[in-house]
Amino acid sequence: MALAVGMVAALGLGVTDDSARFNDLGNKLMCTCGCGQVLLQCNHLGCPGLARESAELKADLAKGMSNNAILIAFQNEYGPTVLAAPMLTRFNMIAWIMPPLLLALGILGTVLLVRRWRQRAATMPAVKQTPEIRALREQVRRETEL
Amino acid sequence: MPTFGSFALLLALALSAYNLLAGGVALRQLATGRSGRVAPERLAETARRAGIGTFIATTAAAFALVWCAFTNNFSVAYILHHSNRALPGPYKFAALWSGQEGSLLLWAWLLAAYGFVLRVRHKVDVKLTAYASTILAGIQIFFLLLLNFAAMPFSLVSGPVPADGFGLNPLLQYPEMVIHPPMLYLGYVGFAVPFAFALGALMMRYPGEKWIHITRRWTMVTWLFLTCGIFLGMHWAYSVLGWGGYWGWDPVENASLMPWLTGTAFLHSVMMQEKRGMMKSWNVWLIFSTFMLAIFGTLLTRSGLVSSVHAFAQSPIGNWFWVFLVIVFAVCLFTYILQRDHLKAENKIESLVSRESSFLFNNLVLLAACFTVLWGTLFPILSEYVVGNKVTVSAPFYDRVAVPIGLFLLFLTAIGPLLAWRSSSFRSIRKNFVVPVIAAVVAGIVVIACGVHPWEIFTTTHQGSFYAFFAYCLGALVVTAVGSEFLRGARVISRNTGKNLLASVIQLTRRNTRRYGGYIVHFGVVVIIIGFSGQAFNQTQEQEMALHQSIHIGPYKVECEGYSQDTNPNYDTEYALLNVYRDGQLVTKMAPERRFYNASQQPLTVVSNHSTPAWDLYVIYAGKNPDTGQPIIRVFLNPLVMWIWIGVAIIVFGTGLALVPNLSAALAASRVRAPVQAEELTAHGGD
Repeated sequence: MALAVGMVAALGLGVTDDSARFNDLGNKLMCTCGCGQVLLQCNHLGCPGLARESAELKADLAKGMSNNAILIAFQNEYGPTVLAAPMLTRFNMIAWIMPPLLLALGILGTVLLVRRWRQRAATMPAVKQTPEIRALREQVRRETEL
Repeated sequence: MPTFGSFALLLALALSAYNLLAGGVALRQLATGRSGRVAPERLAETARRAGIGTFIATTAAAFALVWCAFTNNFSVAYILHHSNRALPGPYKFAALWSGQEGSLLLWAWLLAAYGFVLRVRHKVDVKLTAYASTILAGIQIFFLLLLNFAAMPFSLVSGPVPADGFGLNPLLQYPEMVIHPPMLYLGYVGFAVPFAFALGALMMRYPGEKWIHITRRWTMVTWLFLTCGIFLGMHWAYSVLGWGGYWGWDPVENASLMPWLTGTAFLHSVMMQEKRGMMKSWNVWLIFSTFMLAIFGTLLTRSGLVSSVHAFAQSPIGNWFWVFLVIVFAVCLFTYILQRDHLKAENKIESLVSRESSFLFNNLVLLAACFTVLWGTLFPILSEYVVGNKVTVSAPFYDRVAVPIGLFLLFLTAIGPLLAWRSSSFRSIRKNFVVPVIAAVVAGIVVIACGVHPWEIFTTTHQGSFYAFFAYCLGALVVTAVGSEFLRGARVISRNTGKNLLASVIQLTRRNTRRYGGYIVHFGVVVIIIGFSGQAFNQTQEQEMALHQSIHIGPYKVECEGYSQDTNPNYDTEYALLNVYRDGQLVTKMAPERRFYNASQQPLTVVSNHSTPAWDLYVIYAGKNPDTGQPIIRVFLNPLVMWIWIGVAIIVFGTGLALVPNLSAALAASRVRAPVQAEELTAHGGD
């Protein structure tokens, strides 16, 4: 039911394009009023940071600047903490790389470990297939169907 | 009363110290076979009773603080800063955990309460409980030291006592805040119990897996409390903070998520130890890590190590926590090194395509998620230390890194139950996976047809549709996989007993409540993720509204019927009255408001929310134009949010079910036979 409602809601709403870049960039910037919130999520009454940054963002968009250029301009003006996530530059690259890298290494390590265990495991002698064993296995299969 | 509270805390510290020392000596004597003047059994018993006494003394201290709040005893600095005369009763009670000292007292009290239950039920396993009790006493001492010497809740005000207090933070004056912190703390503190059992079992080289059986319910209940605490916090953030969202990846939110992730991993991996005697070291370190992360979370909340919007209770007690963490880690490492041969696995994984492997990968992914959250939380500090620049790591980082990991976890949730223990044959995989895969593909096609275009991620900066698409497909995969598990088992019961399918499902679930309760929890997780995915389609609008002016958003028209202001002893308020129409019909009336609390001199937004299964119409009173006097209204249309709270209810139900003891096979069989015998009696004319 949740799935069905989700689909209907998605159909009903779609994604608007008009203010998409403003919304996108506004969610990639932090409010500088000291609230520690993302710019478009700042809920302070008459917040000077929200008003100033929103105006600057709109002006930059009107100038036709690219997203990256706008983010760099904000970073130059307010410092790196104005960006809601570090940009893919030098040391900051580590922030982005480490989690997926560790996960990939963990999966790779696990796969190799299990393969090693499997190779080391002694081969189990095959069970002699008597009619009783076959009947029992068939009964188990029928009763559990798993 | 403050003197009584202080004395109770000192007494609790003395009793805890005795519990640790006497318990430690008794256990040492029992381990070495040597005996002093007092028999070790008697010494251990006095230690246990001292532990029970600690609970009584800590309860008395907590009662004293609440009493001070209810009697407006502003000579106590804590009450002066966190309460006032006009504060409603329930919030006076909540003042107990609204500040640093009070929340530490709550920690200590809950720990003592858990310890009390453990010590009263010591006959489950006297020796293991004695170890766990002694370890808990060590943890208790740390918190009581803090309360007696670093963060004293009964400190008195110097100089004349003010007539009224400064009041409770308005953000905390919300019904959920009366239960959210205790729930969260029950979760944090509760992990101390399985931690103590695990460490105790390792110290005494406890044979077998009984310690896991003993702590299974503790761990599940604790996990449930933490889950409820986290989601109550989300609901509180959504209802009170007024920014239209429920999770901001704030460091303090992250602090609660990390032990939850490792605790979830532990709940899964202990099954491997129970069933196959595998992953013993892994499990021990998982529960150690979970407890240390709970302490680390408290450290993050208290120390000001990272900047957070949850700046309710920061102080310089961070160093105490660092020292405690180092001690805990050292004890765990030392014990592990000494006793690691005791943790040798009895079996090894035989195939990559098996239930064991899926548990292992599930654990890996959960730990990767935990690392991501920890890494994102601490990276600003690392960056400042290494390159001298502090950066912000907020939602965009987690959206890109943590969300794909979450989706991978959802995928594992789907395939895990369909794999057999030890090894799965290609035939069984094909048989079990056909229907779920078809369901996922069909869901994908329907979702695309409904307008969710995952390929937008390649043409725009909008990633939401991409993630939402996979969330729906994987959701369908999990639901079908879980459903087919129920159906397969129920069909067998139905065929063997003649019961209808629903009765068979109920009997199947009662036969193995843990397994099927777990599946219901998985189903709840899917429902929650469906709710989260709605975030990709959020809409918002803001407008200054004159009388009868309206805002159109989605299918709704929000019209201003009026605006006014009011006052009461606790706060002044401004509000707007809004009529909401859909297809020309009045749907509801909404009244968002903005309060200004007199005692604390702080404002608060009171959100008005019209929630339906499809979307929430979420309206806030953003402010008033000083020139026109007209309200500025911000409206959000947040799809599917209700499903998050429904999903939590399903998780609570599933976990509750998993806690219920299984219907024994014999009893189940007798219940099957009973109607048959009754029929036979009737057929033979029996009365």
